[in-house]
Amino acid sequence: MKLRVNDREHEIDVEPEMPLLWVLRDELGITGPKYGCGIAQCGACTVHVNGMAVRACVLRVGDVTGPVVTIEGLARPDALHAVQAAWIEHQVAQCGYCQSGQIMSAAAFLAIKPAPSDDEIDAAMSANLCRCGTYPRIRQAVKSAVRRLQGG
Amino acid sequence: MGRAARLARRTFLIGAAAVAGGLVVGTVAYRRDPRNPLLDDLATGAASLNPYVRIDAEGVTLITPRADLGQGAISVQAALLAEELDLAWGQFKTDPGPPSAAYYNGHVVAEGIPVAATRADLTVSAARLASDVIGKWLGQQITGGSTTVPDAFDRLRTAGAAARQMLLAAAAQQSGLPIGQLTTQDGAVRLPDGRMLSYVTLAAAAAAIRPPAEVALKPMSQWRLLGKPMPRLDIVPKSTGAAVYGIDLRLPGMLHATVRTNPRLGGGVLGIDATEALTLRGVLKVVPLPTGFGVIADNTWRAFQAAERVKVDWAPSPFTGSSTALAAELVGAMVDTRRDSRFRNDGDVDTALAGGDVIEAEYRVPYLAHAPLEPMNAVVRLEAGRLDIWTGTQIPRDVVAMAARVAGLDPSAVRLHAQISGGSFGRRLESDYVEQAVRLAIAHPGPPIKMTWSREQDMAADMPRPFAIARARGRVRQGRIEAVDLAIASTSVTSSQLGRLGLKVPGPDVAIVAGAWDQPFAIEHYRVTGYRAPPSVPVSSWRSVGASGNGFLHECFIDELIVRAGADPLAERLRLCRDEPSRAVLRAVGQMCGWSRSLPAGRGRGLAFTLSFGVPVAEVVEVTATPRGIRIDEVFVACDVGRVIDPVNLEAQLQGAVIWGLGHAINCELTYVDGVAQQTNFHQHAGLRLHQTPRIHVRALETNPRIRGIGEPGVPPAAPALANAIFAATGKRIRELPLVRHIEFL
Repeated sequence: MKLRVNDREHEIDVEPEMPLLWVLRDELGITGPKYGCGIAQCGACTVHVNGMAVRACVLRVGDVTGPVVTIEGLARPDALHAVQAAWIEHQVAQCGYCQSGQIMSAAAFLAIKPAPSDDEIDAAMSANLCRCGTYPRIRQAVKSAVRRLQGG
Repeated sequence: MGRAARLARRTFLIGAAAVAGGLVVGTVAYRRDPRNPLLDDLATGAASLNPYVRIDAEGVTLITPRADLGQGAISVQAALLAEELDLAWGQFKTDPGPPSAAYYNGHVVAEGIPVAATRADLTVSAARLASDVIGKWLGQQITGGSTTVPDAFDRLRTAGAAARQMLLAAAAQQSGLPIGQLTTQDGAVRLPDGRMLSYVTLAAAAAAIRPPAEVALKPMSQWRLLGKPMPRLDIVPKSTGAAVYGIDLRLPGMLHATVRTNPRLGGGVLGIDATEALTLRGVLKVVPLPTGFGVIADNTWRAFQAAERVKVDWAPSPFTGSSTALAAELVGAMVDTRRDSRFRNDGDVDTALAGGDVIEAEYRVPYLAHAPLEPMNAVVRLEAGRLDIWTGTQIPRDVVAMAARVAGLDPSAVRLHAQISGGSFGRRLESDYVEQAVRLAIAHPGPPIKMTWSREQDMAADMPRPFAIARARGRVRQGRIEAVDLAIASTSVTSSQLGRLGLKVPGPDVAIVAGAWDQPFAIEHYRVTGYRAPPSVPVSSWRSVGASGNGFLHECFIDELIVRAGADPLAERLRLCRDEPSRAVLRAVGQMCGWSRSLPAGRGRGLAFTLSFGVPVAEVVEVTATPRGIRIDEVFVACDVGRVIDPVNLEAQLQGAVIWGLGHAINCELTYVDGVAQQTNFHQHAGLRLHQTPRIHVRALETNPRIRGIGEPGVPPAAPALANAIFAATGKRIRELPLVRHIEFL
């Protein structure tokens, strides 16, 4: 089976029902996406498939129909993604374990909604759990990323 | 140099032991500093000036022995060292160092001594200093109890200053100039002619110099780093996916594994049939364990799948099986024979409550799971009589001792490589997950094995914050609170947790009444009694421990009495409060929220105050009762930690503590049936999500005479402030958590 991750083609030999998350983590050694719940409740495993944010812990690798981007492939070689830069500016992370997923959710959201309202930000980010409680800074960082993406 | 504040280190230490009085043997042990463990593993060309500073050709490495669980421990420890060592921020590497008695925690024992944090008389100081002596004896290298900063504040600055002194002396030898003409800056000694001698070139000579008997610490006015915002050292890797947690570790030839233990807590295994599991792709071995089994495979998911196919006959739980029966047990424990403590007994409560209009209430707080987002895991390798363990832990020395015992090795053959953790909230004060991984390594020596728990295993095997029930009685007179009598019953966290470490703790368990008995209120008749229920499901320390639940019941009942008295919740607390820093945070939070400004109908404001871990924290929650449920709008937090080391991290810790407190109060509980936790994953124990998160405003005062940690003290007042706000908005008094049992939330 072929799998394109972060602009690299991989040949993998796994059961099609293996969740994408465990292919990435245990077969390809891409550990930015995290295991938190295994039932699409926490969002720590969020990656992009065809540009859409998906929960890699419940997506069978056999059902992956397009290129996969993980947090490791989000930045350009010369610059961080605007969302990552905003996350650093606002010192969002505490334990940091959920933040790969938070950042991937925010990046996919802003790609389709470049000028969101506060309520839209809240709704878009409420599916990602953070046990440390970094939500106030996630809100600030998403707004800062909006400004960065608009070139402001 | 302008270094006014002098700390005569040896004198201080001896003085401390002397104040402690009778602990004569302690004086001897105390003066003999534990040896520097870095000298055991020093690479050629490297030098170590003390247990916290290693220098090699690459530069300076600062040792940060307290575990980073997300609270920023690595950054704050590094800052204390770098400040005195005159290193630029980030001009160094960090390393957790090896487990060692040199990294004992002298403050953690102090929190177990039943002396209210606001009492500063000599006896109390002596008790606290004695705990430093005891801590050193026990060599406890514990991360917990919000002690990282108070324990490190003098110790790490002193270590940094001593290392700097040795580097200056080496530069003086090398240049032939008197020390007084030398200064330090950005990792180098500056000579009067402007030449810079880097610490790297001076390290070997400095290591040969006798450590100074006393060092001078910088006065606050000269701080470059401390007290100012410092970018967390881990912020870039944690924003790019590059941070490697224990669960992410990859070693050559590594196998993957998982473990299932009896969900009926405390029960063993009657029989295992692994026939089907062993036929699955990638499965190498099914290993019986004392309380379950492990599966070793070539992929974590394959191990998870196989674990589902192992047929097990689980033994029943020896503990009281259901939450209903446990509640009855707690109520039944409120009898003289089970009385554990009565640290607070002011006035004459019995007479005051003998008749007339006595207000009575029962409060309940549930079992709660730690559920850090990174499930428990450990990588282990047993090869040629040496055991390597890579894991995140708050008790590294206990983990080594446990592993050596289980593997039948000398502790010197066990190496622990501490990893950063994706949260903990107290969970990694236990070592059950590491023990299981060690048993897998024994069953399958040679290759490294990464053991990862499923979330379901993590919830089922958690040792939660205990269930507690309180009976509260009180009386008001002429618009004032006159009498409060609190009886609190729960199982003992301290004996459960320390029992697993093989320690027996004599005397009462302060955790049963923490956050209730020790509040700085001068109520005329005021009594707090702890009752110890018989041991049940294993329980453990959970962010803010005893105060996490006692803050709720104490502050809600105080609110009930204030309402009955027709008094103002802020004014009445200020009238009763006799501790100046506590009064200051109460006044500050009132100012922040505009306390005197009234809210429109349908909105409500609740105030709560808890002094825990030595930190007074006052919180005001503002809610709106909407037709679809309660919406939390604003939270105002005022605290006093004595000295703020990093205002950005302090704000993050307090916001996180408020969200932790509110989220668990709203929708989290563990309930048990036949000893089995009924909540299995985050669809049932989620806490707060972003759309429910209020705006949180933080103010930190700096009047407290002692420096304190801020990881936990923000938690206890959050739940009662919310419940009191709900009462103010709706007239509904909720005396049981989680609140969602009684009211809807948006």
